[in-house]
Amino acid sequence: MPILKVNHLQVNYGQTMALTDVNLEVEACDFIGIIGPNGGGKTSLIKAILGIIKPVRGTIELDPGETLGYVPQLTTFDRNFPITVLEVILLGHLPKRITLGHRFTRHEKEHAAFVMERLGIGDLKKRQIGELSGGQMQRVLVARALMTHPTILVLDEPTAGVDEASKKEIYQLLAELNKNMTILMITHDQLDTAPFISRFIYVNKTICRSELPIWEGLIGKERKVQ
Amino acid sequence: MIEALFKYTFLQNAFLTAVFASIVCGIVGTIIVEKKLVSFSGGIAHVSFGGIGLGYFLKFEPIFGGIAFAILAALGVAQIRKRSNTNEDTLISMLWAAGMALGILFIALTPGYPPDMTSYLFGDILTVNALYLRVMIGLSAAVLLIVTLLYSYWKMYLFDEEYAGIIGIRTSTLEFILYLMIAVSIVILIKVVGIILSIAMLTAPPAIVKLFTNRLSRVMIGAGILGIMFNLAGLTISYQMNIPSGATIILLAISAYLLAFLGKKAMITLLNHKVTK
Repeated sequence: MPILKVNHLQVNYGQTMALTDVNLEVEACDFIGIIGPNGGGKTSLIKAILGIIKPVRGTIELDPGETLGYVPQLTTFDRNFPITVLEVILLGHLPKRITLGHRFTRHEKEHAAFVMERLGIGDLKKRQIGELSGGQMQRVLVARALMTHPTILVLDEPTAGVDEASKKEIYQLLAELNKNMTILMITHDQLDTAPFISRFIYVNKTICRSELPIWEGLIGKERKVQ
Repeated sequence: MIEALFKYTFLQNAFLTAVFASIVCGIVGTIIVEKKLVSFSGGIAHVSFGGIGLGYFLKFEPIFGGIAFAILAALGVAQIRKRSNTNEDTLISMLWAAGMALGILFIALTPGYPPDMTSYLFGDILTVNALYLRVMIGLSAAVLLIVTLLYSYWKMYLFDEEYAGIIGIRTSTLEFILYLMIAVSIVILIKVVGIILSIAMLTAPPAIVKLFTNRLSRVMIGAGILGIMFNLAGLTISYQMNIPSGATIILLAISAYLLAFLGKKAMITLLNHKVTK
């Protein structure tokens, strides 16, 4: 049973078409790698799923009870911003309805501490975000996304600008989370992610094909998207 | 100077103006620096000159014209930016020049002797009157309240606006409030350091504090305290030496930034040297 369905999605930026007739079904605990050329519409697809951009055509259906968490690229925020790791993670739990005089509760702070321990960044809580390595920063962004207990985690190139050793750690962390969480991840790293991925989708204006990781694909298990 | 402060109302007004303007500058200046809205704020400051000119021309309090023009320009740029492909820098530079041009035009059209505009352009804290002070206290209180009550949201909006939008926070509301606050803060600063120098007062104190801390709240509070020090020191020096107060305040702030920057560099070099030894 799919928990997320994308039906005949079309996304435009002004007169330029970014995606057309995209169909995708995601099942619980899938780990989907979104691959494709630059400018092919990978980011547009996840932005439409997250509701950041409105499609001109098509629908996105999310099962009731399913919630999305998002881990952006490391380039979307200012690394010199005066903010600590703990503050960044707590902000992931900020109420969406603007509340005057909002303060984080003790329970929220305890939950943030729990998430940080789980991700192995408990000792970084007082550090300024810009002092961290790429791998540590990525864990902080995953922790922020986990603050709202999402059932589907969407990541945009989580290993861009991250060293080789940290890359491996991030993939292992995601594989661990994937035990009870669905993951959609944009990646250019087909080879290293293959051991963890259940399915790759190739996006170039539309979903051109959906395939199993390389070695399974090689023995003829390639399949079409539903 | 202290004796004179108790004696003269104009000095008391100047003192209070310096304190309130510094608090607002510390808070809003930090936001401007972090959101990289420095040239935007410069543009808004210059647009307000058009409103001041209109005030003289239509014979109402010029500062209200300045507030109206600054607010309209701030909100106008936000709207045009959303609806057109014009680069924000281009828009701001056009508004910048248009504001100044309108100001000059209105002053030229005003019957009788042209008013002295140097206090608006370069500031003259010693000429602050009771009405200006009351307006400024009200606006400062509003800015302080808004930033304090929405502090967590500002932090999120400034750090990662896109993520704030994704988790459902209405960033357009925060943007609207921010532009209003910038417009108001600039008008508050006009009498203190003037339109031309106001940007330095908004940016120098937060830039100095940011060299030494990694907490947003500390940057805001520290910048406010530094602003008060620069304003009061500048006021005292200008009173004693009979030199323009706005320029004195700005030169003090910029010198302090240079000293702090070089001091920090020297400190890091010294520490690295010790470690390698």
